Amino acid sequence: MANRRVIDARGSFCPGPLMELIAAMKMAEVGEEIEILSTDRGSATDIPEWIRKVRHEYLGTEEKDGVWHVLVQKTH
Amino acid sequence: MSNRISIVVVSGSLERLQMAGMVASVGAVSGNEVLVFLSMNALAPFRRGAASQAPAEGEFGTRLAQKKGVPPFKQLFESAVELGDAKVHPCSMAMDVLGYRPEDVEPFLGEPMGLTKFLDQAGEGRVWTF
Repeated sequence: MANRRVIDARGSFCPGPLMELIAAMKMAEVGEEIEILSTDRGSATDIPEWIRKVRHEYLGTEEKDGVWHVLVQKTH
Repeated sequence: MSNRISIVVVSGSLERLQMAGMVASVGAVSGNEVLVFLSMNALAPFRRGAASQAPAEGEFGTRLAQKKGVPPFKQLFESAVELGDAKVHPCSMAMDVLGYRPEDVEPFLGEPMGLTKFLDQAGEGRVWTF
């Protein structure tokens, strides 16, 4: 079972959630899953774009009560 | 380099400083080499220890200043440097006009730079102005 790091970026506006994710990515191990919580819709679409651009793995997004849960995996 | 993004910031207005910070930070973490040149009214906000405050140019700036959770613009430039290897240089002419020494500005800024060097480094890449 992969460890999962959770970043709570609720209440933060773009590009806050993305920047928090990136800071966490730097500290994460390859293979680690990171879940980022955001109330910012723009970030919920921007984060998967960034993941694709820099070639990490995008595992999906769930929206629950106005909070987006974006799941990603560090691949390199 | 085809992924070079150069940003000239001369405005001291909140909206423009915020937008420049957003382009710099998102650009830098997305695989681009980002070079920022701070001059004119954009230099004073980067005095060491100064808060990320600037006058609003319009309605949006007023809302930006009031909204909780908006990343402060100086933090965005700093993230660009720390997370994305961006280079943020103060204009040497503006430093001279304001009487700033390198130690008077934020430590994440690079050394004062002149236009010759900036234009040379900006080269063929895209240039954004704020």
